[in-house]
This record gives sequence, C-alpha cells and structure tokens, in this order.
Amino acid sequence: MEKILEVKNLRVSFDTYSGEVQAVRGVEFDLNKGETLAIVGESGSGKSVTTKALMRLLPEPHGYIKDGQILFEGDDLAKKTPKQMQKIRGKDMSMIFQDPMTSLNPTMKVGAQIMEGLIKHQKMGKTQAKKRAIELLELVQIPNPHERINQYPHQFSGGMRQRVVIAIALACNPKVLIADEPTTALDVTIQAEILDLMKDIQKKTDTSIIFITHDLGVVANIADRVAVMYAGKIVEVGTVDDVFYNPKHPYTWGLLGSMPTLDSEEEELFAIPGTPPDLLHPPKGDAFAPRNKFALEIDFHEQPPMYPVPGSETHFAATWLLHEYAPEVEIPASVKRRMKDISKSSDSGEGEKQ
Amino acid sequence: MTRYIFQRVIYMLLTLFIIASISFFLMKFLPGTPLNVENKLSPEQQEIILEKYGLNDPLPVQYFNYMAGLVQGDLGISFHFDSTPVSDILLGRIGPSALLGAQSLLVGTVLGILLGLVAAINHNGIMDYTSTLISVLGKSIPSFVFAGLLQLVFAVQLGWLPVALWGEFKHTILPTIALMIFPLATAARFTRTEMLEVLGSDFITTARAKGVNEFGIVFKHGLRNALIPLITVIGPMAVSLMTGTLVIEQIFGVPGIGEQFVTSVMVVDYPIIMGTTLLFAVLFVVIILVIDLLYGIIDPRIRLAGGEK
Ligand SMILES: Nc1ncnc2c1ncn2[C@@H]1O[C@H](COP(=O)(O)OP(=O)(O)OP(=O)(O)O)[C@@H](O)[C@H]1O
Ligand SMILES: [Mg+2]
Repeated sequence: MEKILEVKNLRVSFDTYSGEVQAVRGVEFDLNKGETLAIVGESGSGKSVTTKALMRLLPEPHGYIKDGQILFEGDDLAKKTPKQMQKIRGKDMSMIFQDPMTSLNPTMKVGAQIMEGLIKHQKMGKTQAKKRAIELLELVQIPNPHERINQYPHQFSGGMRQRVVIAIALACNPKVLIADEPTTALDVTIQAEILDLMKDIQKKTDTSIIFITHDLGVVANIADRVAVMYAGKIVEVGTVDDVFYNPKHPYTWGLLGSMPTLDSEEEELFAIPGTPPDLLHPPKGDAFAPRNKFALEIDFHEQPPMYPVPGSETHFAATWLLHEYAPEVEIPASVKRRMKDISKSSDSGEGEKQ
Repeated sequence: MTRYIFQRVIYMLLTLFIIASISFFLMKFLPGTPLNVENKLSPEQQEIILEKYGLNDPLPVQYFNYMAGLVQGDLGISFHFDSTPVSDILLGRIGPSALLGAQSLLVGTVLGILLGLVAAINHNGIMDYTSTLISVLGKSIPSFVFAGLLQLVFAVQLGWLPVALWGEFKHTILPTIALMIFPLATAARFTRTEMLEVLGSDFITTARAKGVNEFGIVFKHGLRNALIPLITVIGPMAVSLMTGTLVIEQIFGVPGIGEQFVTSVMVVDYPIIMGTTLLFAVLFVVIILVIDLLYGIIDPRIRLAGGEK
C-alpha cells in the first residue's frame, strides 16, 4: 500500500494565560492511498487540533506545531511557509467541518464559493469553473444545479449545505480529505445520506479520507482503519476489525463499552470513570492510568510504548498490558457483549452497501 | 419591493406629521415673542403685527393654519429676514451644510473603516491600541472641542488656514475634520469588533482550507460580512453630524442651515425654526429609509425576505 501521509511525533501546543496547553503530544500515524482512517476519542482528546495541524490551520501564533513531521508524499508540511501552504490547501488537501450552518460564507453565492478554489488552483476561467461547479453539485447530488449555483447558503437546508461544503472540498480532486465530524450537526436520516455520498465519492475519486467522529457505528460503516485518541496521543490503531473485535487498550474497552446500542436490553453502560487529564500539566506516566482500573504500577511512572499486537501486522496499542511480563487481563463482560452488538449492526450495514 | 417602499413612505409621512405637531407646540414654549427683540415698535404697532401674522389667534387655530399651509408645501414667511419665504432661505443655506455633512461622513467613515480593519488584522498589536485610543477620544470629546483645538493649531499658531471663513474648498477643511472625528471613531470601533468576530467564524476557516490568501480572507470574505452591520450605525452617525453642524457652523462661520437655525432661535423666528426642524426631520427619515434599502442590497438574506413578502 502506498502511503500518502505520514505523521511523525506530532506535538501541538497552545500558549494560554495559564500556561502551555499540550493538546497533541506525539501523534504518529500513516494514511494510505484511497483508505478511510477514522479518529475516535473523547471530547478534548485532540482530534480536531491534530487535523488542523495537518492543514496548518492552527490559530498561529498562539497555537503552534511544537515538534514533529507531517510528510505529505514525502514532503514535510510542518516546514512549509504560509504562502506554500496556501498552494496545498484546497488543492492537495481539503477539509469538511462540523457545522454546515456556519461554514459557508453567507454573503457569497454558492457557485462562487465552489469556483474560488478552481480559479485559484487550477487556473480555470470563469466559464470553465462554473461548468465544473455545476458538475460538482451534480456529484454531491444537489438537484437543479444550474439554479442552485446562483443561490446563497441561506437558501439551502443543513444537509444540502453540507453537500455544498463537500463539493467545495472536492473541487480540485484533493488527495486527502479531512472530515471533522461532518454529520454530527445533521439529523439521522441526513447523516446516513451524507455518509453514503462520501463512500460513493471515495469509490469514484480514490481520495484518502481522515474521518473524525464520536459515533462508533459510523466508524464500522465507513472506515478501513481506526485510531483511538486519548489526551493528545493515539493509544490504539488498527483495522476496524482489529480494534472493534480484538481491542487491547483499556481505554478502547471503555469507549466500546460506553457505546449505547439500539437492541441491547442492558441499561448499564460500561462508563469510563473520572475526567480526562489537564493538558496544562500532563501526568508523568500513562495519561489514562488514573481512570484505568487495570492500571499497573508502571503506568503511573512511565508512558507505555506502542506495542505491535501479536498475530496482526496492522494493529498497535500503547499499553503496558502488552508487555511480555504483564499479567493476563480479561476484557470486561459488558464490553464483550457490546462488541457482539456492533458486529451485528455493522454486518447489516455491509448488507445495505452491496 | 415597490409595495414595501410605498409602505415605508406612508410611515415616513406619519412620522413627519407627528414631529411637526410636537415641534410646533414645543416651539411656542420658547421664552419671548418674535417682537421683544426689537423694542422700537410702539405697543399699537406690535399689536398690528401680531394680528397680521396670526399670532393672536388661539394656539389650535395657529396650529391648524400652519399645518394647512404645510400640507400644500408652504413653510410660511420669515418674520425677521425681510419677509422672505422660509423655503427660499433654507434653499440658500442648504448647500454648505450638505457639503460639510457629506464630506465629513464620507471621509470619516472610510478612514474609520480602514483604521478598524488595520486594528483587527493587527489584533492586540500597537496599531490596535492606537486605534482604540483614537476611537475612545473621538467618541468622548465633543466636536466643538476639536473645533477649538483645530482653530488654535492650524489657524492661529500655524496660520495655514483661516479661523472662520467660507468660500473656497480649503475653508471646508477644518470644519470637516472637526465633524468627521465622531463618524471616524464610531466606524473604527465598529469595524474592528465586527471584523474580529468575522475573522474568527467558521466560514473564514473554510476559506482558508480552500487556500484563499490573506488578502482574499480580509477583503473578499471578511470585510463585506463585517460591514453589513456598520450600515445600521451610519444612520445615527449622520444624525449626530446634523446636530454637530449646529455648533460647528457657528464656530467656523459657515453660512449653513445650522448657523441659520441658531440665529433663528435667538430671535424667535417661528417659521424658520419650524422649517429647519422639519428639514432635519425629513433628512433623518430619508436617511433611515435609504439605509434600510441599502441593507437589503448588501445582505442577500434580507433581500430574499423582502422579495418573498
Ligand atoms: N484555541 C485554543 N486555545 C487553547 N486551547 C485549545 C484551543 N483549541 C483547542 N485547545 C485545547 O486542545 C485540546 C484538544 O481540543 P480538540 O478540539 O482537538 O478536541 P477534540 O478531540 O476535537 O474534541 P471534540 O470531540 O469535542 O471536537 C482541548 O483540551 C482544548 O482545550
Ligand atoms: Mg473536535
């Protein structure tokens, strides 16, 4: 598999009045050509900050990349000047945001907003860009694109606006598309439509997608691989099957266990106790240790390295439990039941796909 | 749209009618009569004049007569200025006032927008603090204080411009500067706040994610959205300019409406006081209407709402 993006030891900090907030603390992952990588994790775990750093959209100077490399086709984006990044954003990498109600310019026609990138990156003329914009609206399945192109965002519903945002992001055939909770603000039926649309488009264009979500059902539906983030780090990464059916990190157990499923009779969820650590003063050892009932003594002193999970080439987890001297730990029963539920629902999802 | 404008014009006329009525009665509370400034007349002569101008009639009758004339477009005749029709006097005076008002509103607003823009881009930098200082001073110090300072520095000490003279373009410079400080301060403050808010909004991030450069972010995506709300304060700014001119014209010897108005109040010239008040009122409501229409042109969301009704 060809790698399009390699992120190495990425650290992002924010200078605030109370000190340096270490939002991202050494994130590492690869993104392959044509795959969808989902990033999951609690609120505040650094998912958005990580992807904003990839696009170099941090609120500089107070939010900045402290260390690390972002190799895009071998070229380090962390070292690019703002001018160079302007040539990459929208052309090679683009982004879809959470709230379609606010992510379009209210005083600019939808067509003009789509054409902007085409004119800038592909040096198209007005007529040509307009033609392409209409094609893009067709691609994202907006009816009457010839009329719609001359309308303003307020004339579109939320779901339609998100389609426009997707069209803008896809305008120049980017190699990487980052979607930060693109369906969270939409109602359930529209969510499903947008997901289908994104899958469909990926099949046609072979774009690599980084998809941030809180919804593990969505992950099972759309992603090839998953990265689980906690307190500014990736704690477990692997294929969807690896992570969902053979989770190794206690935090992943917590995430899976706390996911409500429709057909489960159980009222009790396996909730993760406590709150995430303060990133102003990150703990010395494993950041999850204080909330982890399986924590070992060493977790409080030293951060665990990324261990390859035996029996899989794609699966890694950062937990001392994978150390050869670590005790055997049984996955909690409630999490196991939850895993079975997910496999059932995603199987039916597969059925729909075909 | 035509129906909307028609409706607005009806409201305007109603507003003017109310303003005219209230001003009429308020004016009658002014101390003295038009005659007690010129005591040369004998009581009999005074009586004849009061009778001739209808000033002995009961107040409701005077009011009715005045309004009847007004409806026909008759503003009456000045008591003091050689019995000239009020409309002629006002017409002769409107030029300098309009020139000063337009000039200071235009220059002040444009400079204010630029200042606010620079402040927003340079958020928390030196230019930002400078702009804040200018805005606070400009909003809190009345224009006549600036007028005095300008006269002192540029006319008395440097001798570059006359203290109070009217005729050439350069005579308009000092009064324009004195008047434009307020719109400049208001526009700067407003533009800065709005621009900062707009630059922090999601659609600006979308534009950045498209690869739009900083110039495009500020001018193409930012400014237009930041300026829409500014239109709402231009109305009050224009009105404050009108009241500002009352004093400023007096200070710089500008033969405009404001200067005329101040003189008329001093000599209790009822028709002129009424005429000037009404002129200001008309300007005021027209400005508000124009601004509302302008809002619709610039903001597509409102344009649509108006179109659908
Ligand atoms: N502009 C900022 N200034 C200071 N701290 C920030 C800023 N933006 C983000 N952070 C901090 O970075 C951390 C990670 O935030 P981020 O938005 O990446 O979380 P997230 O994983 O995307 O959460 P969510 O699921 O709620 O979107 C948070 O602790 C947050 O406080
Ligand atoms: Mg987020």
